[in-house]
Amino acid sequence: MMGPAAPAALLLTHELSPLGLDDWAAACAMALGRGERLLTLFGRPEADGAVITTAVFLPTDGGLQLLRGRGQRNQHFASLTPAYPAAQMAERELWEQTGLVPEGHPWLKPVRYEGERQQQMGQHPFFTVRGQQVHEVGVGPIHASVIEPGHFRFMCHGEQVQHLEIQLGYQHRGIEPLLLRKPPLALSTQLETVAGDTSIAYAWGYCAAVEALCSVALPPQAELLRGIALELERIAMHLVALTGLATDIAFLQGGATYGRLRTAIINATMRICGSRFGRGWLRPGGVRFGIDDALRHDLQQTLAAFTRDITQINDHLLGARSVQSRFQGVGVLAHQAALDIGLVGLAARASGVALDLRTRLPGALYTRMPVAMRVEDGGDCWARLRLRMREIDESLRWLDAALHAPDLAAPPLAPLAPLASLAPPTPPAPPGPLQPHTLCVTLQEGFRGPVLQALETGAQGQLLHYKLQDPSLLNWFGLALVMRDNEISDFPICNKSFDLSYCGNDL
Amino acid sequence: MFKAIAVRRAQGAQTLPDPRRAQAAGFRGSPVIGAAACTTGCQACIDACPTRAITIEPALQIDLGRCVMCGDCAPACPSGILSLTPHYRLATAQRGELTISAARPAPDPVKTSAALRQRFGRSLKLRSVSAGGCNACELEVNALTNVNFDIGRYGIDIVASPRHADGLVLTGPVTRNMAEALQLCWDGMPEPKLVIAVGACAISGAPFEGCDALDRGFLDRFKPTLYVPGCPPHPLSLLCGLLDLLGIPS
Repeated sequence: MMGPAAPAALLLTHELSPLGLDDWAAACAMALGRGERLLTLFGRPEADGAVITTAVFLPTDGGLQLLRGRGQRNQHFASLTPAYPAAQMAERELWEQTGLVPEGHPWLKPVRYEGERQQQMGQHPFFTVRGQQVHEVGVGPIHASVIEPGHFRFMCHGEQVQHLEIQLGYQHRGIEPLLLRKPPLALSTQLETVAGDTSIAYAWGYCAAVEALCSVALPPQAELLRGIALELERIAMHLVALTGLATDIAFLQGGATYGRLRTAIINATMRICGSRFGRGWLRPGGVRFGIDDALRHDLQQTLAAFTRDITQINDHLLGARSVQSRFQGVGVLAHQAALDIGLVGLAARASGVALDLRTRLPGALYTRMPVAMRVEDGGDCWARLRLRMREIDESLRWLDAALHAPDLAAPPLAPLAPLASLAPPTPPAPPGPLQPHTLCVTLQEGFRGPVLQALETGAQGQLLHYKLQDPSLLNWFGLALVMRDNEISDFPICNKSFDLSYCGNDL
Repeated sequence: MFKAIAVRRAQGAQTLPDPRRAQAAGFRGSPVIGAAACTTGCQACIDACPTRAITIEPALQIDLGRCVMCGDCAPACPSGILSLTPHYRLATAQRGELTISAARPAPDPVKTSAALRQRFGRSLKLRSVSAGGCNACELEVNALTNVNFDIGRYGIDIVASPRHADGLVLTGPVTRNMAEALQLCWDGMPEPKLVIAVGACAISGAPFEGCDALDRGFLDRFKPTLYVPGCPPHPLSLLCGLLDLLGIPS
């Protein structure tokens, strides 16, 4: 079993009877009252109309805590949101996916218009603001640049935005049910395409989950190679936001330079594993590609040149008064607001919330090779810009240390399933390769924040439920809040400074 | 001022000189089926493929329109007749041409259309629509406009409004929730216009084929002029496909 500091938790579901729905909600409220952080809550509908609920908490110290409940479809429970707004999105999703009703939720609307609600986005009950000089501006789902679709409704008084409502769901593909229809050890491609910009973090979280469910421990080398993959992804994707921010304020030299610097990083990833997005690199049981001496030398040279050039352009951009005046004080999210709404990842750290799962739940890898958490206090576009730069610097430092490891060859993939020839199928059905009656939750700190995956197995070791949560699901509300008292013209830079995922939200 | 000059000096010339002759070092692109016949008939490659791109009846074939180029098939084959290459000139003008076999190891380069060349050869404006795309194809389409690929030098641009667009670049498997917006965007584009399907999702729905939330009716109504396979396609796959289709020298 894993140590308490690992970014994963296993729960044997048949050893624990779930609480009644009301008791479960009360226990969740108590945990929130103790200052524990709610990472998610979700439900799994059963055939008989029952719903098994799970809440995942991160206490102030120690490992993940899970709370299980059981209710019936359409059953009501006291909503946590009025007292703890951090629960607002998870409760909306729970309601949309399972029919459990959080009584007293101030804002019970569909998250992504899935299932029977598909194509009903036109009837979304938007908030309205009344008054003589009030007007609304609707943008999307299709936006001006090459970007995923989503709808933004600005409620304005004169030039000032009073509120922004973000309505997503256009990207909804129905991934969660699809994951149950395929063999549980062959889902890598599917997870790599949940949010393509986060391919590594999703693949890692999935691999870690099925490895835990098969009681397979990886050699440290394989973990280290996964760590290298994740930091390369972090650098590349922070550069997307930096390119966008520079371009949006017409600082064209920044756009051009960050763009080509990103090419250098993703091409290096491609030289290791064949894909500019790191696809095919991670597989259950380890990694498919290692780093030999020639490649190690190549990477060290690439990163050295990259470090030199990004330091130069960062210095140039940050020193420009026009850049400072455009980003500073725009799109501010106060520290307390970030805590209240349960913001995660980079956006939270830019508002002074000291939470990075690589340091909070370091597991074996980051205990051996620590990452330094970076935090900014400003909460504005400038803070999010600066934080991306500083996180890139820290990733470069970590990668440099990782590339000094004595051996980076890929160990052979650890076998997770019995070989087919050794286990001839016997009726009625061969047992699944996964440990039965178990709920496994894994977290990976991707470039946006924690990617959460929860896999639950049934009596035969088959997958009963696969729940995904992208950090964007929680963070979109942060973007909505920072627009208040800003102008619509501030939206592009606020949006880029958060750089959230649409498909990761919509699943 | 001095900082700007220093950055400019460090930047140097970043543009790929000739996309058709570029090296995509390490790229895991098109799979290749070796000349040796598949003798075992064991179906291990079929079982390993996450998107059902491989068929062995009547002969071993791979549909690049479904292939995500993950490479999971190659190590699974006991005869070792499958491999993956950095080949990126994979775009085709016909869906059927995306199927490769031992006899037809790679798609032929796209033939120049005289009509399209005359209309769009000096100026092609593209509007991108992501309909369930995972942001990988979208980032690669966007990469065409960076200083490395610099698609603008060929008179090809990405524009904001459908009213200004000649071509619709479609990414993603086409979700039901995006179907209406996609159709509205297409309706807003003036004639003559064309569709370019970018990535395995847009071409075939893979790896999301079978999802409950797709509506691919748009692709039944409007046949793409260009298919660009990959997951995501290398930017060079899209760029070379466009240059070949329009007969633009590089």
